[in-house]
Amino acid sequence: MSAGRTFKRGGVHPPGEKHRTAAVAVEDAPLPERLVVPVSQHIGAPARPVVKKGDRVLAGQVLAEAVGFVSVPVHAPTSGTVRRVDVAPHPMGTPQPAIEIEADGDDAWAEPLEPIPAPEAADPSVLRRRIQEAGIVGLGGATFPTHVKLSPPPEATIDAVILNGVECEPYLTADHRLMLEAAGEILAGLQIVLHLFGLERGWVGIEENKPDAIAEMGRRAGDGGWAEVVPLEIKYPQGAEKQLIQAVLGREVPSGALPMAVGAVVQNVATAAAIHAAVVRGRPLVERVVTVTGPGVREPKNLRFRVGTPVRHLVDRCGGLTGDVAKVVLGGPMMGLAQHTLDVPAIKGTSGVLCLTRDRVRTAPAGPCLRCGRCVDACPMGLEPTGIAAAIGADLVEEADRYHALDCIECGSCAYVCPAFIPLVQSIRYAKGRVLSWRRKRGR
Amino acid sequence: MSLEPRPLTLSSSPHAFAGDSTARIMWTVVAALAPATAWGIYAFGPRAAWVTALAVAGCAGFEAVFQRMRGRPVTVSDGSAVLTGLLLALNLPAASPWWLVVLGAAVAMGLGKHVFGGLGQNPFNPALVARVVLLVSFPVQMTTWSAPGSFLADGISGATPLGAAKTAVATAGVLGPAGHVDLWALALGAHGGSIGEVSAIALILGAAVLLWRRIIPWDIPAAFIGATLLVTGAVWELHPDRVLDPLAQILTGGLLLGALFMATDMVTSPLTRKGRWIFGLGCGVITAAIRLWGGYPEGVSFAILLMNACVPLIDRFTRPRKFGWVKEAAP
Repeated sequence: MSAGRTFKRGGVHPPGEKHRTAAVAVEDAPLPERLVVPVSQHIGAPARPVVKKGDRVLAGQVLAEAVGFVSVPVHAPTSGTVRRVDVAPHPMGTPQPAIEIEADGDDAWAEPLEPIPAPEAADPSVLRRRIQEAGIVGLGGATFPTHVKLSPPPEATIDAVILNGVECEPYLTADHRLMLEAAGEILAGLQIVLHLFGLERGWVGIEENKPDAIAEMGRRAGDGGWAEVVPLEIKYPQGAEKQLIQAVLGREVPSGALPMAVGAVVQNVATAAAIHAAVVRGRPLVERVVTVTGPGVREPKNLRFRVGTPVRHLVDRCGGLTGDVAKVVLGGPMMGLAQHTLDVPAIKGTSGVLCLTRDRVRTAPAGPCLRCGRCVDACPMGLEPTGIAAAIGADLVEEADRYHALDCIECGSCAYVCPAFIPLVQSIRYAKGRVLSWRRKRGR
Repeated sequence: MSLEPRPLTLSSSPHAFAGDSTARIMWTVVAALAPATAWGIYAFGPRAAWVTALAVAGCAGFEAVFQRMRGRPVTVSDGSAVLTGLLLALNLPAASPWWLVVLGAAVAMGLGKHVFGGLGQNPFNPALVARVVLLVSFPVQMTTWSAPGSFLADGISGATPLGAAKTAVATAGVLGPAGHVDLWALALGAHGGSIGEVSAIALILGAAVLLWRRIIPWDIPAAFIGATLLVTGAVWELHPDRVLDPLAQILTGGLLLGALFMATDMVTSPLTRKGRWIFGLGCGVITAAIRLWGGYPEGVSFAILLMNACVPLIDRFTRPRKFGWVKEAAP
């Protein structure tokens, strides 16, 4: 039995598949000739372009500015010339406005934002503004603007900050490598977040399949006890926000509420490192680490890339695709998005480029539900996925709502175990949309 | 430059899957019934093999016929009809005439399954529906038990131990010699009964594989067998001269076949653990009640069908607790 803490209900155990890249040090991807920088790389209002075709830009310069509070700017990932400001393919599926830059190869940097070498002495509001200015979003994949998450309303009391180093998605090792190679920066980022809330002590949750990261983060944190590294049982979705909070703190975030309802704030480890870079070095977020992996790519790697780099460029850097690739997913296999082309840019939220071969791609049609109950057992939210899917399949929106479709975190555990191959997540996602519009119509 | 195949597969997440499929589950259960089937054929002879083959072929055939009639793809290869056929055969006497078997297959696939919309939609276990229809329609043929081959156990009558006990109590008021059952003979399967219900050892062997593969849950059999033990045991304590002892109750009749392979049918049992306990306890209590006080010597089929009917209600009242719906925080 595992000694690690865990969430209480449900969960699945997909094979880790991390061996391909866990021991491969992060490598800098070379600059591509062209980069496509979408103005929407976060949840919230898309940024508004402030450059036009033909403009010369320097790395780190603002390309599009934040529109309102729940929005962040995007910055030029390298120096070059703006070639287009137009819609372009986007990892989310539908084309989105983007700024295309032809790199000049010099990678000349604009003046950084003013460094704040002693953040512990800085005013929290200055730090929050900096985090927004730097364009920082949650790098775990959800891409929620970080400064918003760090600005709870005055009535909320935050007493726990947790760094998410779980990386429970199979195949992905980007956070794992970062914890090994940049533990100091991650912990410095944690210190800044703790300072924002006037807290002395935080937690770092790491799944037990990364003993070296647990050791390294523990060693860097030292004996002071201010940062407790918490080993977590290997179980998916251990890194889902509500599940992580339950595992680490034993607190249950109420349905429909945010973690702040139980006094918790969770940040991904890469986000913490980005916060540190933005505050202490004045660097906006223009790069991140991605795991390019799967049986469909010749040399799986962890690559540090500039935002806007075409996925094709990253795959080429890893020896290219094998002959029998059938699916390319951005993110991990449980929650990632399948792409129809490699000509999409890798962006702030791109944690993985997963190349799956034909033998790992399911094309068999769905059969009828056997009522085996495996989805119910697997659901970490205590839902009945088959019930929601059946309800919305029969167009019973109110029934789907009564099954608590909106509580679904879309982790994929139900569809992972379904022996009838029913696309439960897809159904429930559809149900959520229908329930929301039905509720709006009813004025709730 | 990398050339990706066109088109790349597009589908909603997740993109990884556990290995099990409907067909794999069904065929695994079929395989797990092999020991009990083999024992039945060994004990009752070629006649049992003929009945088994006919029931399996009949169910597979009727599945195809009804799916054609409904304009649905024919999915005989998923093994579910084969499994129903096998379970039906194991619930029939080896001496069943051919028309009884064919009629049973038609009832199982028609009334038991396709009138409700096919796989996954049927509220009742199809094999049990067929068995009960045959039992109430053709009681003579359905209770004409052949004794296992004489090479096994000399002197065991063709009657089932439960049937013999019921008859003895009805005519003489006490069990008398019918109360003397050899538990080892029961466990091995050297007594009268349906083709697949006689050998406890063979049934448990197969069920162990399904438990290990997590294809059947342990809670339904545990609750079913436990409740039967408790109720029959309590009454046996009071009237040892009129009731077979609780161990014999477990080892005779269709109890193990029912508790391990029929009550655990995914389609017709509850979704949650709590629900499965209620379901199993209900099956056990009803089985015991029918055996002790009912007109039939055996009650497993009726008990499971009655509890099948309760499944929607049980599911409704045993929903899992939703994450984040703590009492004080619920809106």
